[in-house]
Amino acid sequence: MTPAIEATDLSRTYSGGYEAVAGISLTVPRGEVFALLGTNGAGKTSTVELLEGLAAPTRGTVRVLGHDPYRERAAVRPRIGVMLQEGGFPSDLTVAETVRMWAGCTSGARPAGEALDSVGLTGRERVRVKQLSGGERRRLDLALALLGRPEVLFLDEPTTGLDAEGRRDTWDLVRALRAGGTTVLLTTHYLEEAESLADRLAIMHQGRIVLSGTPAEVTAAQPARIRFTLPADVPAARLPLRLRAADDGGRVEIRTHALQDDLGELLDWARETGTRLGALDARSASLEEAFLDIASRAQETSTPRTPAQEAAVR
Amino acid sequence: MTTTTVSRDTGADGRPSTTRTRLAALARAELTLLGRNRNALFIAAVMPLLMVVLLRSSLRGLDPKVLAIGAGPATLVGGTGMILLVVVYMSLTSSLVARREELVLKRLRTGEASDTEILVGAALPAAAISLAQCAVLVAAGVTALGADAPARPDLLLLGLVAAVVLLAGLGALTTTITRTVESAGLTTLPLFLVSSFGSGLFVPRETLPGLAADLSELLPLSGVMEFVRAGWLGTAHAGNLLTAALHTVAWGVVTGWAVRRRFRWEPRR
Repeated sequence: MTPAIEATDLSRTYSGGYEAVAGISLTVPRGEVFALLGTNGAGKTSTVELLEGLAAPTRGTVRVLGHDPYRERAAVRPRIGVMLQEGGFPSDLTVAETVRMWAGCTSGARPAGEALDSVGLTGRERVRVKQLSGGERRRLDLALALLGRPEVLFLDEPTTGLDAEGRRDTWDLVRALRAGGTTVLLTTHYLEEAESLADRLAIMHQGRIVLSGTPAEVTAAQPARIRFTLPADVPAARLPLRLRAADDGGRVEIRTHALQDDLGELLDWARETGTRLGALDARSASLEEAFLDIASRAQETSTPRTPAQEAAVR
Repeated sequence: MTTTTVSRDTGADGRPSTTRTRLAALARAELTLLGRNRNALFIAAVMPLLMVVLLRSSLRGLDPKVLAIGAGPATLVGGTGMILLVVVYMSLTSSLVARREELVLKRLRTGEASDTEILVGAALPAAAISLAQCAVLVAAGVTALGADAPARPDLLLLGLVAAVVLLAGLGALTTTITRTVESAGLTTLPLFLVSSFGSGLFVPRETLPGLAADLSELLPLSGVMEFVRAGWLGTAHAGNLLTAALHTVAWGVVTGWAVRRRFRWEPRR
């Protein structure tokens, strides 16, 4: 079966010469929930717009359900659902009128009542869009993206602006869709959202995918950290050489892919030498650290990727 | 919130959307919006009437020898052009800008409607309203202004339809230089003024000095106005009409091409 989404060497350069997407390749098999993570300006929305077929890529190819979403719009649109980062509904229409407008443009549209019920907007039919809260507008947008029972659903920051309950409801909805076989590609800057929803994720930075895989793989690619402070009279140079410690004025950080072994060695050394380790903290890598690590490299634009990162992209 | 209702197995209710259902849905939404926007409603419903009244009083003051066709018929010909300009061109420009700035156009493009359908759907209410007002003008002309009924209704109708299509295209094109709904009043002014004086709306073209009259023939609306005039007055020469038709088609093609190339579907950021 053709993958739901397949992008090869995708680039998008804006008219001013700014390259928002700089050579992205990704494949999303059918039935998978795929999350695109990244800081603001990383190129998530520019990428999603290419996948949705709203714009043509400067270079590279996109296939959605086997078709070019830009050139073969008519073949792709009836089978996908899209929720943009910012809604786009006339503020003077009521909820019911908006659903009716969208239903007229949608093949196999579900009944309005059912669609609104699925996002918890029952009873708001006669309210004008401009009088809805930000969260309600997001949910209306979601209801319309789902109106044609899409095979592939694109959600650009679906939970931004939602309260905790709305966010959890949306997550439940995405899980229910996944259980029904829908492929979902979502962007988010909430790490827990990607971690709890996505089968696979990719972290974007400056128009490129710098890390990708299952949430577990992505975190496993990151080193764990051990942090502590040494007494003033113990220089960091006395630490066992094998521990690759970085000393910053008595505050020591060890990054390691073998947390248990290195922590054991550190503790053995501390007991043998009678050293008190202050504020000792050891933690395995988390998605958040992977993310922050990438974000902190914002200035190092020309840093080549390490082999481990290179491998993760493949 | 019942997430259990989400499933992809399409029931028997799943009708495919067609050009007809899409245009109907888009036009209906646009009409509802027009009814809820006081400014847009004023422009579409009241302004043409005011223009026609104004036109009549200004034409009455003209020397009948200059005017050549009498104030009544001149009002009808000019009034028709005025309705088309105000209702189709000006109001469509501002409503398209409003939809673009609210990201409605961008959102619609994520759905099944084609680009053409989105634009046509948005233009349908204005087109229908302008044609209805022209019908009212015909009735008013015959009853109140003492004019004859249109001599060649077929030519009049042809001219009206062509004018609506051309003006809708020009309206779409004008959105490319219009950043906000408020500025639409300004950006639509040049074509409005040039057409009023150059295409025989306020002032019949015969009253223009030689060179201006020649140049005015090149304006976008001059061709369709030739048809409108021929439709009302029956003063048609086959040669003139052929030139006018070619002229209109040429403007239509250039406008359509420019809209395809230049139209912006989302706000400038």
